[in-house]
Amino acid sequence: MSGWFMFLATVLLLSLAGALWRVWSGPSQADRMMAAQLVGTGGVGVVLLLAAAGDWAMIDVAVVLALLAAFAAVAFVKAQTPQGAGDPEDDADG
Amino acid sequence: MGDVFSVILTSAALLFYVAGTVGLIRFPDTHSRLHALTKADNLGLGLLILGLMAQADGWVTLGKLLLTWVLALIAAGAAAQLVARTALGDRR
Repeated sequence: MSGWFMFLATVLLLSLAGALWRVWSGPSQADRMMAAQLVGTGGVGVVLLLAAAGDWAMIDVAVVLALLAAFAAVAFVKAQTPQGAGDPEDDADG
Repeated sequence: MGDVFSVILTSAALLFYVAGTVGLIRFPDTHSRLHALTKADNLGLGLLILGLMAQADGWVTLGKLLLTWVLALIAAGAAAQLVARTALGDRR
């Protein structure tokens, strides 16, 4: 059973490699940010599989990784908006 | 019985993860990529967690798995909305 999970984890890592291609070629900043989000979600999947194959305590790692992936997206949005307001719809500069 | 259940669900999860990645690479437009990425990956994660729940060795592990999925769903939904609006801003 854990062999199957290990196999799944490796294939998931390969799909993350596909996300890196998007990071390299992504035309706009948002595409690169999406690839970072994919790495976050895929990373949570890989950690969960390793938790199932090995020690269940690794689920906490997956929870923290999911949280950090969300904060990465928020940080990106705050960097994109003027004055770091963080509210893309707020037309502060008219 | 539990193992068969896990294998089926985790392989379906793998399918959706790969579909999300292929969608991220091949879709023409930023928003369609975001759409594919957010939905396919979260469904993949959900199926993966359902599959792993059959292997969980206790209620605490079961609860943590569900917590991870709920957090991932909420986080991805919110983040996708924000990134989409920011991407819209680029074109303005």
